[in-house]
Amino acid sequence: MIELTINNKKVTASENEMLLSVIRREGFHVPTLCHVEGLTPTGACRLCVVEIEGIRGLVPSCAYPVRNGMVVQTHSNRLIEARKTIIELLLGTHPDDCLYCTRRDTCELLGLAEELGVRERRYKKQPQIPKIDVSSPALMRDPAKCILCGRCVRVCEEIQGVGAIDFIGRGSNCVVGTAFNEGLNISSCVNCGQCITACPTGALVEQKHIKRVLQALNDPSKTVTVQHAPAVSVTLGEMFNLPSGTDVQGIMISALREIGFDQVFDTSFSADLTIMEEASELVHRIQNSGKLPMMTSCSPAWVKFVETFYPQFLPNLSTCKSPMQMLGAVTKTWWAQKNNIPRENIYNVAVMPCTAKKFEATRPEMGDLTPDIDAVLTTRELYELIRMKGIRMTELVPQFNDNPFGQRSTAGKLFGATGGVMEAAVRTAYWLITGKNLETPVIPEVRDLAGVKEAHIEIDGLKIGVAVASGLANARKILDDIALGRSDIQFVEIMSCPGGCIGGGGQPYGTDLDAVRSRMQSLYKIDRDETVRFSHENESIKNLYTEFLGKPLGHESHRLLHTDYYKRTVMK
Amino acid sequence: MDSEMTLNEILSNFNDKSRDNLIPILQEEQRHRGFISREAIIQIGTALNLPVSKIYGVASFYNQFRFNAPGKHYIQICRGTACHVKGSARVLDSLLTDMSVKAGETTRDKMFSIEVVACVGACSLAPVIVVDNEFHANVTSAKMSSIVSKLRKEEK
Repeated sequence: MIELTINNKKVTASENEMLLSVIRREGFHVPTLCHVEGLTPTGACRLCVVEIEGIRGLVPSCAYPVRNGMVVQTHSNRLIEARKTIIELLLGTHPDDCLYCTRRDTCELLGLAEELGVRERRYKKQPQIPKIDVSSPALMRDPAKCILCGRCVRVCEEIQGVGAIDFIGRGSNCVVGTAFNEGLNISSCVNCGQCITACPTGALVEQKHIKRVLQALNDPSKTVTVQHAPAVSVTLGEMFNLPSGTDVQGIMISALREIGFDQVFDTSFSADLTIMEEASELVHRIQNSGKLPMMTSCSPAWVKFVETFYPQFLPNLSTCKSPMQMLGAVTKTWWAQKNNIPRENIYNVAVMPCTAKKFEATRPEMGDLTPDIDAVLTTRELYELIRMKGIRMTELVPQFNDNPFGQRSTAGKLFGATGGVMEAAVRTAYWLITGKNLETPVIPEVRDLAGVKEAHIEIDGLKIGVAVASGLANARKILDDIALGRSDIQFVEIMSCPGGCIGGGGQPYGTDLDAVRSRMQSLYKIDRDETVRFSHENESIKNLYTEFLGKPLGHESHRLLHTDYYKRTVMK
Repeated sequence: MDSEMTLNEILSNFNDKSRDNLIPILQEEQRHRGFISREAIIQIGTALNLPVSKIYGVASFYNQFRFNAPGKHYIQICRGTACHVKGSARVLDSLLTDMSVKAGETTRDKMFSIEVVACVGACSLAPVIVVDNEFHANVTSAKMSSIVSKLRKEEK
């Protein structure tokens, strides 16, 4: 136990703790731009400097371990001046286009300039205007707005185990970039978008699809459908100042109709469809000694990760398309015929907590000459669209999804959280094998925010080991274990983003773990409170199989709901 | 530049395949090949289990590493303080325009590599350029182009 004094307050801390975390725990607000909880402290931005008695210089508290008897000042005049100067220097090369910047309301640099009372440009350097990297189908990088805090670099390497970007060059020529400073599209980037939510400024944003969606909505020849992912309804409310985790599905559906979408479908419905196919595939692989462990394939960044870094595991990936792509495929075939709408007149929009979905939608195998999904909006873009249309979210009357793709089980809804696909799949696999439903459908071992989770389940005497990971660096741990010969795992669920889709790269800016936890609890509450908890009991799913698909893994399923993967040879 | 030793052989000389040896490996590779190629970065990344971005990041931090195959003639232009005062920026500009390359690159015909260096320690001769280890003093744009055209003539 260590005792120290912060701003005349006596406080205690544990050994090896960094000063900043103690300062924050005690309720003092010391700003940072480079610090991310849980990642290597780098002391890059120097905003967290404090004064320590007996030390002449200012000390970056994020990377300074506590010591007994320390006397710390966090807001002396000298410190405030130092912080203000740091911000002024950062602004010295920063473009002045805040008015047009997508991060105007959420920019941490702008926020700190405001907080510290920066009212004039004291330093000015003719900035070199670097090119904006628009090469990626999912992300855009504007190096001019980059303040070199390195959050994206650390998130990409430490959380995602990808390392597509790093600091290139040195001194005033330093930029964040890929190897040889080339486009993200030809790098090992998996499009997960965690760098976007980590970025304090507008240097990293998603490729916006709002314009093309508005164009489609204005085209009278188009029937525009929208589907919303399970994680979106428990997140969107936060952006309208509702408590995090509030489920706003009803009013979100109303808002989508107000925006002008002709049909509002639920991706949780097609999550149920995915479960029918994926659980059948799992049972089939187990009973016919197919390639095991089977790995989920609904997270497109994860799929690209395997294609890039672990091609030896491609046969392990479930051949199931993601719920978004399944719904897109069924909408443009069966639903189109049923409603006598030519394929080319259907415009499918998906609202996703994800940036990699923008990439997935462009994969050539995800369509039939034209893509099955025409545009992907992130949760953030939906928020922008709602505001643009002048819709007062909180004054709307809740509505329901449109049929036939509007009903879901709670199993499909659980897809939004890490471990959710696992629970949903085990529920249906149990039923497929035994013909009965699990008495207690909840698997507590795969719930909550831990990065790697495991459970052993017994179905009718058959022992199944399951592993769940979120965050691709955690996925690496499981893959490396399996590569080394671990064989007690038959089914692996990987979500690329920490916490699953509720912590996705298309979710609100900033990595707020408390908010992610609330969203997760909200999904668990839905699962607890509603009655249809099994994908195979979803009436709309049964109907789709009777009327069109036949049976899971059948001919039509294979044509529309399953896909292939390819080894990617990029610099990695 | 010593040739003959492949990157595989260089790597096998390092028993410890950890990132601590990244810079020595890069230096060895450059000593044998004259530059760090794309393929070399990939291969070193695989051997050390490091992302290529990281290796490029480290290599681009140091001035000593080059990423383009060297040309037949190696021109270093000093941009130290004394040379700067005596107008080395103009010399550099005219040379780069003449060759249509950027500093650090090699011309398309693989004849010239151009490198900017901080100071060659011959300030009394400013502005200085070094062509294939031979010093040229008091260089102007005109003198620069005559040096270059002389080298070009020798090739014909």
